[in-house]
Amino acid sequence: MASETRIVLENVGRIDPDSLDQAIETGAYTALKKVIEGKITREAVIDEVDRSGLRGRGGAGFPTGKKWSLVAPGNEKYLICNADEGEPGTFKDRLIMEGDPHRLIEGMILAGYAIGAEKGYIYIRGEYTDPIERMGRAIVAAREAGFLGEGILGSDFSFDIEIKRGAGSYVCGEETAMIESIEGKRGYPRLKPPYPGSAGLWGKPTVVNNVETLANIPPIVNRGGEWFRSFGTESSPGTKVFPIFGAVNEPKAVEVEMGTALAELIELAGGIRDGSRFKAVLIGGAAGAFLGPDDLGVGLDFDRLKDRGAVLGSGAILVIDDGSSIPEILHGILRFFEHESCGQCAPCRAGTAGLVRLSERLLTGRGKASDLALFISVAETMAASSFCPLGQSVILPVKSALTLFPDEFISCLKEPHAIAYE
Amino acid sequence: MSELKSILEKYPPSAERILDILHEVQEAEPENYLDRAALRAVARHVQVPLSRLMSTASFYSMFSLKPRGRHLIRVCESPPCLLAGGERLISFLKEKLGVEVGATSEDGLFTLETTACLGACNGAPAVMIDGTVYGNVTEERLLEILDRLRREDGE
Repeated sequence: MASETRIVLENVGRIDPDSLDQAIETGAYTALKKVIEGKITREAVIDEVDRSGLRGRGGAGFPTGKKWSLVAPGNEKYLICNADEGEPGTFKDRLIMEGDPHRLIEGMILAGYAIGAEKGYIYIRGEYTDPIERMGRAIVAAREAGFLGEGILGSDFSFDIEIKRGAGSYVCGEETAMIESIEGKRGYPRLKPPYPGSAGLWGKPTVVNNVETLANIPPIVNRGGEWFRSFGTESSPGTKVFPIFGAVNEPKAVEVEMGTALAELIELAGGIRDGSRFKAVLIGGAAGAFLGPDDLGVGLDFDRLKDRGAVLGSGAILVIDDGSSIPEILHGILRFFEHESCGQCAPCRAGTAGLVRLSERLLTGRGKASDLALFISVAETMAASSFCPLGQSVILPVKSALTLFPDEFISCLKEPHAIAYE
Repeated sequence: MSELKSILEKYPPSAERILDILHEVQEAEPENYLDRAALRAVARHVQVPLSRLMSTASFYSMFSLKPRGRHLIRVCESPPCLLAGGERLISFLKEKLGVEVGATSEDGLFTLETTACLGACNGAPAVMIDGTVYGNVTEERLLEILDRLRREDGE
């Protein structure tokens, strides 16, 4: 029987998120006190996080301790918490912010301490009105209690947090686009290198970490990297929060150890919707890949998915039953990319638009046999030449859909699709 | 205009505040958009050229450079919501409001828009109306909400 292992979400749903007292009763800010009162050096905090093997939960899976240790020296540095959560199907960061805001604040303070930053931003997507308000109230409460601001807990360490509200742009989830956005500009990704660790916000060394990553920091500091390593797999320690929805009986977010099989996750979400038959999942959001019935036993972690040509990404799992059409779902994904392409580089701007036209032609029965190869070739060109991960990722859903379900695309060539597209 | 002035006075004249200011200015405008005069005042306040401010304002989907209705209805069009009937909700609203996506109803009350994922996929299909996200939305539920908003505006 599958079961959840809660680290990040351990207090979500158990405490009143607007009550600092209740958060403290369940252990909030004990890791911060341990560091400040125990005079633990910033290098020691980075070492502990490094030992834990924690990898970035925003999608790329870069080792967090390594990211922190690569920050260039300087007097002025910044921490940015990426709470843009724009990947379709993802709502894990919202649950953390709404359910346990002080966990995130404490994680940010510890990260700020470790990298030597005095200022942190939480960039929250503009549509998330409730998390913006709740985080705002929690920051005020933490400041009044002396956890944030000048001379935290009587030490000479100062750190404060400001909320930045996004305004509706998927590409701003990319770290350098986010930095541009905070600077008040269009969310155009920057050329890397330089990486934010050497030149980020206002040209200063900057670390950008995802909400879920930062929410893992207080327990790691409290209980140690070795403890964290007792969960998950060798290359992907810890847990992961997976939003799972679509054709399941109980759509929700579940937190399980890394490496848990896809089938177990579906079971935790109440199983395949009654009366339906499993066909596929789309894992990792729009910038993710389809997996089929043969993949139900796959343990989900960064490397095992990569071996299958897929990605863990945001961890969103859309369960698809046999009543749904893969070409139609792919069409929705392609339209999303066309809308969200920032337009800065030609391969992505023209490529996303071209793929939508191709998909429309296919779904309306005007497709040609050669179109199927053209799909792959356009997406491959985009993967090789796009400026940022947005254009580079389109290959994932395109290739996996055509590889796993070629018959569905071939049948579109023979007759117009059931649903008419404009 | 005096409202605009009091909004600007709250913010230090820094480019870092551009998004915050644009949000607040747009929300204070009954027609939910950024008009040219307001943008000019914001540009002066944060000391950037108007052209640079326009490049920012025109980039983000939540900002509008043309007038919209008093209430914004944003239907999620990401794959999870479309699979759960989001497309039907869009057709239903088009018919009920007599508008295409992106347009405003004749009475000036409602603008119909689509939005990227609202992060409410466990309650698909989701619709955001003004600042509130509604999950498991049905046609009946939409009618109730539209009626309530019409009534509140009448009062």
